[in-house]
Amino acid sequence: MVKCASHLVIGMKGVFKLATQNTNSFSVQKMIQEKKKKKSAGGITEKIMPYILFLTAAVSVLTTIGIVLTLIFETFLFFDAVSIKEFFTGKVWYPFSETNGSFGILPLIMGTLKVTVIAAIVAVPIGLASAIYLSEYATDRARRIIKPILEVLAGIPTIVYGFFALTFVTPILRDIIPSLEIFNALSPGIVIGIMITPMIASLSEDAMTSVPNAMREGALALGATKFEVAIKVVLPAAISGIVASIVLGISRAIGETMIVAVAGGSTPNLEWNITGSIQTMTAYIVQVSQGDVGYGTTIYYSIYAVGMTLFVFTLVMNLLAQYITRRFREEY
Amino acid sequence: MNLINHDTVVKRMKPRLSKNSISKWIFFALTMFVLLILGILLYRIFSQGFGYLDLQFLQSLPSRKPENAGVYAALIGTIWLMAVVAPVSLLLGVGTAIYLEEYAKENALTNFIKVNISNLAGVPSIVFGLLGLTVFVRALAFGTSVLAAGLTMSLLVLPVIIVAAQEAIRAVPNQLREASFGLGATKWQTIVRIVLPAAIPGILTGGILALSRAIGETAPLVVLGMPLFLAFLPKTFLDSITVLPLQIYNWTGRPQVEFHALAAAGIIVLLFMLIVMNSIAVLIRNKFQKRY
Amino acid sequence: METSTAAANIVNTEEKQIVYKTSDLDLWYGDNQALKKINLDIMENEVTAIIGPSGCGKSTYIKTLNRMIELVPGVRTSGEILYRGKNILDKSYQVEELRTKVGMVFQKPNPFPKSIYENVAYGPKIHGIRDKKILDQIVEKSLRGAAIWDEVKDRLTQNAYGLSGGQQQRLCIARCLAIEPDVILMDEPTSALDPISTLKVEELVQELKKDFSIIIVTHNMQQAARISKKTAFFLNGEVIEFSETNKIFSTPADKRTEDYITGRFG
Ligand SMILES: Nc1ncnc2c1ncn2[C@@H]1O[C@H](COP(=O)(O)OP(=O)(O)O)[C@@H](O)[C@H]1O
Ligand SMILES: [Mg+2]
Repeated sequence: MVKCASHLVIGMKGVFKLATQNTNSFSVQKMIQEKKKKKSAGGITEKIMPYILFLTAAVSVLTTIGIVLTLIFETFLFFDAVSIKEFFTGKVWYPFSETNGSFGILPLIMGTLKVTVIAAIVAVPIGLASAIYLSEYATDRARRIIKPILEVLAGIPTIVYGFFALTFVTPILRDIIPSLEIFNALSPGIVIGIMITPMIASLSEDAMTSVPNAMREGALALGATKFEVAIKVVLPAAISGIVASIVLGISRAIGETMIVAVAGGSTPNLEWNITGSIQTMTAYIVQVSQGDVGYGTTIYYSIYAVGMTLFVFTLVMNLLAQYITRRFREEY
Repeated sequence: MNLINHDTVVKRMKPRLSKNSISKWIFFALTMFVLLILGILLYRIFSQGFGYLDLQFLQSLPSRKPENAGVYAALIGTIWLMAVVAPVSLLLGVGTAIYLEEYAKENALTNFIKVNISNLAGVPSIVFGLLGLTVFVRALAFGTSVLAAGLTMSLLVLPVIIVAAQEAIRAVPNQLREASFGLGATKWQTIVRIVLPAAIPGILTGGILALSRAIGETAPLVVLGMPLFLAFLPKTFLDSITVLPLQIYNWTGRPQVEFHALAAAGIIVLLFMLIVMNSIAVLIRNKFQKRY
Repeated sequence: METSTAAANIVNTEEKQIVYKTSDLDLWYGDNQALKKINLDIMENEVTAIIGPSGCGKSTYIKTLNRMIELVPGVRTSGEILYRGKNILDKSYQVEELRTKVGMVFQKPNPFPKSIYENVAYGPKIHGIRDKKILDQIVEKSLRGAAIWDEVKDRLTQNAYGLSGGQQQRLCIARCLAIEPDVILMDEPTSALDPISTLKVEELVQELKKDFSIIIVTHNMQQAARISKKTAFFLNGEVIEFSETNKIFSTPADKRTEDYITGRFG
């Protein structure tokens, strides 16, 4: 003890109270300093970790760059064989021809458009109704039961929805509409609508629940009914979140693949009718990928040109959704 | 003079109130409609597929004869796929989240990375298939292998894991970091010993949800050219595989009703796996909720 | 107990040295200057209290003493703080080393979500001490030092979040003692505690000053009067007065100090 007490420098005071417990006193600070000297290498991890972590973060950026470059390069190769003008304005998509196919993408876009519009017609009202019900009417208990079920619905793999469309929804629709073909736009459209409903419902509900209660109470106190509050106060206040959720849902519908690949058919056409077989952009890519199309053929490159078009469509929708949320963010 | 005549207000109140109660029932009914669809979907699939669901189905390779066919190859393939996706996507995702939450300065580059991640989450899965086809299958010559499929899927689910891990890391209170720094811990020590252990439940939950997304994805694998029908098991990561969704897709595409029943049975197996994984995620979430 | 008092007595007979010498310290959060020309000499082995109204820069100053302030982006400083003769604001001064010598106890108890044992062993472990026997000793010694040993000795493996707020704060003190710091910084350590826990922590501080130099921020003037030897009064980022505690509280030299102490503002 005396020895320790005579040193009055840092680290030597670590003997506090120890002597009462243990006779073999030691200084933790001293041990720490010794360990420090031994492994100054520990500093290396400290220095390189940020860079390693940055590299992992860079992967997501590289993925985007990879997607864009891949699509651009292969699309250029496609445009060696097919003119840009034909691709964007041609009215016939008939690639699998012996001599030379027609690559006008409009029929594929038409297929995607029909399915998407049907999906939106199904999903927007139901999704919004659910959102209003959940945020304005439902009891806590109902909400606790319904929301997880919606999550389940959102987590079901799309191939399952495709199977459901083909083996259940289509037969029922064919009973109602006899002219409906086995492969058609209506059935996958409806099912895609069901698929994106939970997404629209839950994002819209988030937007509505973040409307402060004071706004509701203000209207209720004036004698407004709940319905009037929901429609005239909450909906307008949450409108940007709601619109963004719809745009995101539509973007999902545009990119949806398996449901249309299974139930939509493979007949690209420019007709407005929804009872006949169609082909969407995504379904075309699947059709080609499944077949034995030679690497480097025009058809092979065509899936990239179609993929590029699809990518641009969805990117625009996603950016639009982000813009809406940011530009019209409600300030309560 | 009264500007408001209370009698007329009361008179007009009636239609307003009935509109209110009618609309309430409409909102409720539409919500129930969604749940009803889920019920019908599950009922249909179970009644169609249950008959085929037995041990033989789980243990058999696919076959041209419906009564001999099974999902064994697809199950094994799914496990192999997970063996690639789980480590790759977790390492990349958690690494990115740590970088963004703990190291990145607030600047244009960081902002760009964040915007990029949220945009990546909105890219259709089939486009990831095109990326994988060019980069992994062709350029790196992995062919239609577990490796190519796994890497493609990892990139696909990366945004999900990043966002979940970011939230989990952000939820770790700053006081804990301060306490650790205050004891002379370095940044990396603090991250490894304090932040990550506290964030692990959130990260695991997100990871499991991302994996269950990967298990159910079909389109990118079709684009990669993965076989829909495979009668052998992989031995290395460069071997080809088929997975459950592909097998289901294959069976769905056949005209015979027996194959549709097989598809339904396959879907039951797939849904069962997803339910198990999601339950684990929910359990983890509940067990570790609100610890600080 | 006796031995340590004996040791402390010997310490007291020696001439005291300055642990922290702050000269012309300025500090800005972005454009907002939070500390202005601070000059303070803090002596070893005594309790120095820092008082002042909320927002006057007490936390900022105490966090500068172990450079914890660097965690806030956009902080700039000028002037110097000599710790045992070396300028810690010098970028070449390794912060981790500084923080192993200068412990900190925070306003809100912030134990790690780990066991009681792991909380205390954390510091020694990150500094490379892995020997289980030594760790056991350190843990016991530190918990005893923080006067919480008897309360937790039977549940060392249980999560620290099961402890009461006051116990958690003493655990945090034990965690800080485990690396045997030279100085302990305390930023309103009792403001989140009930009166009884506060009293326990105060007693503990009295005990600890025999072995450590303690700098404590408090908004509670009675507390400052009870436990500190010297007191610094901060106002709007400046040190208005710094002297013996009993002098500050009986005959303050500055009118503003008097106004604050007598409760005319704050
Ligand atoms: N992280 C920060 N960023 C910007 N300004 C801060 C920050 N923390 C404190 N300040 C400002 O610095 C001044 C001093 O704050 P602080 O040191 O916390 O005061 P005290 O602890 O005495 O209440 C206050 O005016 C406060 O607004
Ligand atoms: Mg403070």
